[in-house]
Amino acid sequence: MMRLRIYYPVLAAAALVVVLHVALAASGKTYYMTQITMSAYYALVVIGLCLLMGYAGQISLGHAGFFAIGGYTIAVLTTYDLGNWRETPAIGLLRSLGLLMQWQDMYGRDILSFSPWLAFAAAMLLAALIALAIGLPVIRLKGHYLAMATLGFGLIIYRIVLGARLLGQADGISNVPAFGLVGGLQVNGRAPFRVQNYYIAWFAVLAAMVLSLNLIHSRVGRALRSIHQSEEAAHSLGIDTYRYKLATFILSALFAAVGGALLTHYNGSIGPSEATVMKSVRYVAIVAVGGMANLWGAMLMGVLLNFLSLRGVFGSFDDAVFGAILIGVMILAPQGLLQVPRWRTATALLPRRKRA
Amino acid sequence: MDFALFVQYALSGITVGSVYAIVAIGFNIIYCTTGIINFAQGEFLIVGAMTAISLAEVAPLPVAILGAVLITTTLGAVVELVFIRQVRNASVLRLIIITIGLSIVMREVMLHIWDEQVRSLPYFTGTEVSTVTILGAHISPQVLWVLGVSAVIVAALTLFFRYTTTGRAMRACADDRMAACLCGVNDRWMVTLSFMLSAGIGALAGCVVSPITQTQYDMGAPLAIKGFTVAILGGMGNSMAAVAAGLFLGLLEAFVVSVLPSSYKEVAAIVVLLLILVFRPSGLFARRDVSALRAA
Repeated sequence: MMRLRIYYPVLAAAALVVVLHVALAASGKTYYMTQITMSAYYALVVIGLCLLMGYAGQISLGHAGFFAIGGYTIAVLTTYDLGNWRETPAIGLLRSLGLLMQWQDMYGRDILSFSPWLAFAAAMLLAALIALAIGLPVIRLKGHYLAMATLGFGLIIYRIVLGARLLGQADGISNVPAFGLVGGLQVNGRAPFRVQNYYIAWFAVLAAMVLSLNLIHSRVGRALRSIHQSEEAAHSLGIDTYRYKLATFILSALFAAVGGALLTHYNGSIGPSEATVMKSVRYVAIVAVGGMANLWGAMLMGVLLNFLSLRGVFGSFDDAVFGAILIGVMILAPQGLLQVPRWRTATALLPRRKRA
Repeated sequence: MDFALFVQYALSGITVGSVYAIVAIGFNIIYCTTGIINFAQGEFLIVGAMTAISLAEVAPLPVAILGAVLITTTLGAVVELVFIRQVRNASVLRLIIITIGLSIVMREVMLHIWDEQVRSLPYFTGTEVSTVTILGAHISPQVLWVLGVSAVIVAALTLFFRYTTTGRAMRACADDRMAACLCGVNDRWMVTLSFMLSAGIGALAGCVVSPITQTQYDMGAPLAIKGFTVAILGGMGNSMAAVAAGLFLGLLEAFVVSVLPSSYKEVAAIVVLLLILVFRPSGLFARRDVSALRAA
C-alpha cells in the first residue's frame, strides 16, 4: 500500500487538468488550450530529460535532436505518397495488412501513405536505435565531454534536417495528417478537436509521469541515484553503472521522440527550428528550473514555461529569458525554483523528520 | 585538382584552422586555471569583432581593434567576477549550464545591439578584390594578416607563460592550486586573469578574421564547438598541440568542401569530435597525465 502513495499526486494533477479546463471554459479562454496542449508535448521531452539529468546525473544537449527524429520520421512516412507503387506486391501486402492509409491532403490530392500507427512505431524504433548507437560510445564520457558530444549530435541532426531534400530543408514538412487513435479520438490540431486533444496530451504526460515515478521508486531508480551521487561507490556495490546510464539515455530519448511525433501530428507540420541547439538548451533550462531531480517540478515548469513562450510573453527576449534562467537558477537556487535555498536553511533548523 | 587549386584550398584551410587554434587556446587557458570548459568562448570572438565594427565607424581601424580587445577583455573579467566566482566548488554539471547560459545571453544581447545583419570589418590592407599570388594561388592579403596575427598571439602567449612572473604564477595555479597559494600566488586573481586573457585573444582573432568570414551575432556557437574539437584533438591544456590540431581541422574542412556540399562542412568537424571523444579523449598527442582529465 505504501507504494501507491507516490501516485496520489498523479490523481491530483488529473483533477487539476479538469479544473483548468472548466476554468478556461468559464472564462471563455478555451483557445489557451491549444498552447497548453503543445506545451504538454514539450513537457514530455522535459520529463525524459529530467530522468537523465536529475536521476542518472548525465547531461544531454541533444534532446531536440531526438524530438526531431520522432517528428520527422512521422512526417515523412505519413506524407510520402506511395501512389506510384500502388500495383507492386509489397505495397499490396502492406495495404491488406492495414498498414497504409488513403487520404486527401488540404489541396484535395489523393495520397496513399503509411498509416500513423506504423509511422509512430517506426519513429520510436528509429529513435531508440539512434539513441543506442550514439549512447553506446558517448555515455562512457563524463562532464564536459558528454555535454560537447551530445551537443555535436544535436548539431549533426540539425544540419541533416536543414540539408536533406527528403526532409524539406528549411521549409520542413507540412500537411501531416491527423493521427486516429481509438474510438474516434484523434491527434488533430483543428479547433473542433481542441478539447479532446487537450485531454489526449495530458493523458500522455501523466502516463509518462506514472512510468517515471514507478521507475525512480524502483530498484532501478535507487541505482540511478547512487550513480548520480558517486559513480565509483555505485560501481563497487555491483551496479552496472554503464548499462543503467545507457538505458536511461535511451528511455529519455524515447520520451522526446514521443513528444516530437505527437506534436507533429497535432501541428500538422514540423520544421528545422525544432532541431536547433537552442531548443535542446531550453529543455535543459527547464529541468534546471524544476530542480533537477524533481519530476513534478520538471513537468510543471515544462508546461508553464513553454506555454508562456508560445503565448509570446517573452517577446523578442525569448531565448535570452531561457539563458538568464539558466544562469540565475544555477547560481542562486541550484535546487530549482520550487525549493529555494532559504527554505532549506529554515527547515534545516527544525528537527529532521524521519524519511520513509 | 591542379596544384594552384590545391594551394588555394590549403591556404583557406590554414586560415580558418589558425582561428580554431586561437579559440582552442582560449579554452585551454581557462580550463587550466579553473577546470571549466567555457561554452561562451565563441561569443568572445563575435563580441570583439562586432565592437570593432562599431568603433571603426568613428575611429581609425587600429584604434577600433585595440578598443574592441580592451572592451572584450573587460567583459571577460566581468563574466568571471559576477558569475563564475559566485559558484566556486560547484559541480561540473552546474558550471557547464552556467557557461551555456552565459553564451545564450551574450548572443541575445548582441542580437539586440547589432541585429541579424551580417557585418564585417574593412580589409586591413587593400580591398576585397586585391590579391597576392603564392605558388600560383590567388589569396587575399587578409589571409596573411590572419596567419601573422595568430602566430604573434601564440608566440606572445608562449613567452608570457614561460618568462613572466604572472605567467608562471598562472601555470603554477593550473598545476597545483594549493601549492601556488602557499607560495603567495593570488589564485582568484589568476582565474580572473585567465578569463581576461582568453576573452582578449578571442576578440583579436574575431577582428582579424572578420573581413574574410564576415560576422553575425550567432556565429559563436559553431566556432566554440570547433575550437573545442581542436582543443580535444590536441589534448586539453596543450596549447602548442592545439595549433597543429587547428591546422589539421581547418585543412580537413577545406578539402571536405571540395567534395561535399558546404552545408555539411560543419558535420565533418563534429564527426571528428565524436570520433576523438570516443577513441582518444586525451588527444592525438597525448601525454599520459592528461588522460586522467577525462574523469574530471
